[in-house]
This record gives sequence, structure tokens and C-alpha cells, in this order.
Amino acid sequence: MATFRIRRYVPEKQSEPYYQDFQIDTPSGTTLLDCMNEIKWTQDGSLTYRMSCRSAICGSCAVKVNGHATLACQKQASDLMDGDGVIVLEPLGNLKPVKDLVVDFQPFWGKLDQVKPYLQPDGPAPEKERRQLPEQFADIDAASTCIMCGACYSDCNVLEVDNDFLGPAALAKAQRFVGDSRDEKTQERVKALSEPGGIWDCTHCGECVERCPKPARPFDRIKEIMAVALEQGVHNNNGARHALSFTKSIKHSGRLNENQLPVESVGFFNIKGLLGLIPVGLRMFLKGKVPPIIHKSIDGVEDVKRICRELDK
Amino acid sequence: MKFALFTGCVAKGATRELMISTLKAAEGLGIDFVEMKSASCCGAGVIPEKSPLLTDALNARNIAIAEEQGLDLITICSTCQGNLKKSECKIDADPGYRDKINGVLREGGHQYSGGKIKVKHFAHILATDEGLALLRQKVKRPLTGLKTAAFYGCYVLRPSELSDFENPDNPTGMEKIFEALGATPVYYPSRIKCCGFPIVMMNKNASLDMSGNALLDAIQSGADCVVTGCPLCHLSLDSYQPEIEKLKAKGYSIPILHLPQLVALALGHSAKELDMHKHIVSTDGAMAKLA
Repeated sequence: MATFRIRRYVPEKQSEPYYQDFQIDTPSGTTLLDCMNEIKWTQDGSLTYRMSCRSAICGSCAVKVNGHATLACQKQASDLMDGDGVIVLEPLGNLKPVKDLVVDFQPFWGKLDQVKPYLQPDGPAPEKERRQLPEQFADIDAASTCIMCGACYSDCNVLEVDNDFLGPAALAKAQRFVGDSRDEKTQERVKALSEPGGIWDCTHCGECVERCPKPARPFDRIKEIMAVALEQGVHNNNGARHALSFTKSIKHSGRLNENQLPVESVGFFNIKGLLGLIPVGLRMFLKGKVPPIIHKSIDGVEDVKRICRELDK
Repeated sequence: MKFALFTGCVAKGATRELMISTLKAAEGLGIDFVEMKSASCCGAGVIPEKSPLLTDALNARNIAIAEEQGLDLITICSTCQGNLKKSECKIDADPGYRDKINGVLREGGHQYSGGKIKVKHFAHILATDEGLALLRQKVKRPLTGLKTAAFYGCYVLRPSELSDFENPDNPTGMEKIFEALGATPVYYPSRIKCCGFPIVMMNKNASLDMSGNALLDAIQSGADCVVTGCPLCHLSLDSYQPEIEKLKAKGYSIPILHLPQLVALALGHSAKELDMHKHIVSTDGAMAKLA
């Protein structure tokens, strides 16, 4: 027997959400979605949530379970109970609840649209299909597995504070086309994705990788777009400058030069950006926390320099 | 216990108090740390943006150095821990890739074997049964009455397949350490969140809002201080704290301690010996709880 503590929200009846407990059996092999259906069919027909395929293909049934987004049809209920046999169900985060566990996906779809999630080839269409070698498809295989369930979007730490961030799902979808051998708009794509709200606003929290029910792993895809952006020479932004400065520092001394990195990241001619560094710099200087002005290399730095040279070839 | 100590860049730079307190904590616990002076940066999740291969080659070299010493590699930074593990896992999964990396390392005299040593965060060795027993045995000044809120740092938790914590969504390792030191752990949802440091140069407002939300959560949960195992989180939560609007609006502040500082305090060291006066946010309030 498990207690499902479900966040209910019926705005036409009560403006504030509330939690309601339901007790049901969870025999071995019962998925979370099976339990939700059981509650709806036998205890409260008004309980509202999205579902369809029950096979982790359609991406409809993502909800927050014990505070973390997951596909309800993909998890066994018995694995999710706490010590008291309680499972807490809430709507996905970072999206506005509509009713009970249903959220408004419009911002999610809007951001997917922004990354132009369709092939943009040059020239006239070929007589037959646009073909791709298996090794070329391998570059976009992971991103292609996204079922757009919104679990990554729900738990993204940046979206919790900044609605302008495109978010992990849209960026993973962007990699699907940035990395596509048949697409001809790579430069335009990585330029647009390097704007504020794009790839460089990802904070490395790894929540999207953790919540993704498929091998799409958005954080890994975002890193792949960054590499393409740097390779394509899209360097005029803090994120790209930060990555280049960081790498330069390691190639030079084997370790990070913390004094150089912030200045090179904002850019030498970015007066506003440089002024923005002063408060924290001053605070750290006054407390004796500024890193040593003379930047010391690691012992045996020549070996690191050699590795960098060899890989730069 | 003898380990190879991978200091990371920031413990030698902007958070030198972390290095000092690590050595004091180790000395008090009878742990022998051999500093890996020829180890390079772990890449911090940033070098892979430019070159994943360079990152893995550098980390293979780092791990190879510990292998040559025959010692498990200990990190004192969540970010170093996660990035070293990520490279280790990637290289171990693909013998062809390992051969390629070893081809790059060969001229420098290093070869990565894999599986010979473990890569562990300092918190991991302290949170084992053996580590906790050692802490209990060595504590000279129990931190009774101090309400401590852990801030783990993303890279020791996610992706969970690389994490040494039993349940990365609900870890208890840091809290067990606090209890062994006599302190009272404060459990709050944000303890597994991101501090926002990686984007402080790209999207400062979002970064400060992230750290602000986490610190508000810790304060409202009754914590006297936040304790982190990641110097990058420390920079975000301490050095930037006076700029966090969410705290300024309420007139709040909270001291941020490095995990080794907390350990060394319980071993009898003074705040001054641990360079806590160099923190941006005064630690006096937390220390007063121990008086």
C-alpha cells in the first residue's frame, strides 16, 4: 500500500493549489502511471494529467515525482516510495500549471520553434531523398531520441531564474540540426545560439542529463554546439571568450589564471563589463583573496604544453 | 591513510584558505596527502567546450600520475571530481580511445592504465564508516549547537552514474560528516542545486538569483552557516554574496565555510588559523555559536 500525495489545482474552484492523499496497492510491476490511472478510475475521476502511449515513447506523462521530473510510465511505483510509503506527485516545474498535473507547454514549444527545428539545405531538392551515411547520423543520433517530454525543462536550474533561456530541450534539438551533415545553415545557427539566452547561459547543473528519460542528454549536446560555435569562429560573446581564455591559460601554465580569465571573458574593450568586475575584485583584494599576481605554472608544464601542441596539429 | 592530493586551480588561487584548511584537517586526522604538483587543471567543464580530446588527455595524465604513485587520487573540489571522473569513465569505456590518448601521453613518460586507483572527493573518504569513525575519534571541539547546511556542488552529484553518493537526489554524506563533528545538519531542498558560478560571466543576474535562492532556502531553514565541498560554489556563495539582490532585499547574510574548515574547527583549530577572516562574509556569527 502506498500513499500518493498529489498536488491538486482546480483554478475555477479554488485559487490556491493543495495536496490530497490517495491510498492504493502497488503490486510488483506497477508503474507510476498505472497507479495514477488506478486513482483516476477508482477514486477520483476529476484527477487530471496527460498520458498516452504508456511505453516511454510519446513523452506525455512527465510529472514531478518526489521533487524531480520523470516519465510516469517509465518508473516502478515501488521504487519511488519514501520510508513512510509516500510518493509525492506534482506538475512539471518551470511551466505554468493549468489543472492538477497538467501544465501549459506553450513556452516550451515556442522555444523549440526559435531554434528552427527543421532541415535547411541549400540548392534544389534532389530527385530522391537527402541521404546520410551511418557515421554522419551518429553525430545526431542522441539528440534524435528526444521525445519532448519536458522533464529537462522542468528541472533546469537556469529556467528557474531566467525565462529567456532557451532551455535544454530546445538546445538539444538545435544540436540535432547543427550537427546534421545535410544542413547548410550551421554558421547562422551557431551565431543565433550564441546570443544571450542560448548555449552559453547553460550553468552545467546536469539536471537535464539526470532527468532525460532517453539518451538525448541535453547538456552533452549543448557542449557539442559550443565546440562547433568556437570552431566556426563565433567568438564575440562572453561564453566563447571565457572558453578560449580558459584553454589558453592551461596551454600556457597547466592551470587556470584566475586574474586573466574574467577580464578576457568580458573583453578588453567592454567598458561596462570591465566595470562590473570591480566590486567583486575590490572585495577580494581587500580581504587578500585575489590570486597571486605572478601566475605560477605547474611542475612539468612542458609536458602539458607538448600535449596541447600535439593535439593542435 | 595516504592519498595523492589533486588540489585543483582555485585552492591555489582565490580560495587559498581551502588549501590551508585541507592540510590542517588532514594533519589532525593523520591522513597523509602527497600533493600532485605536476597535475594540470581538470578542464572544469570549460576546456571540453573547445576540445573534449584535450580535456581527456589532460585528465588521463593526471590520473596516470596518481597511478604511478600507487595512491588513490583525492580532490577537494566538486568540479575537479566530476570532470576527472567523466574523463576516466569515457576512456575506460573505449579501449581504442584509451590507446589514442596513451599515444599522446607516451612522449611525456605517462601511461593511463585505468582501474588501478580511485578518484574520490575528500568528502567521500570522510563519509565512509571508516572516515566517520576517524572523525568521531579525533574531534577535540564538538561543533555542538552549530546548524550547518550542506551545499554539495553539482559535479559530485550529476550525472548520477559518476557520483559516489548513494542517492545523488537525496545525498547524506556531508550531513553524516556534520553529525560526526557534533554539528546539527540542516536539510533543505536547495542543497543539491547549482550555485550559478559557471555563468557568472555570461548571465550574472541569473547566476546571482540562483545562489540567492539557495542561500535564502538555507537561511529560512534555520542554518547558521553553509558548508560546501566546492571552491567554485564558495566563490559564488561567499565572494558574490554582497551583490545578491535576493538577500540584500531582506537584509540577510550567511557565512560560507569550506568542508575542510569545518573539519579543522572540530579538530581544535581556530578560525584565524583557517584563514576564515579572509572570507567576504564574516564567519563571526557562526563562530559565536561555538563559543
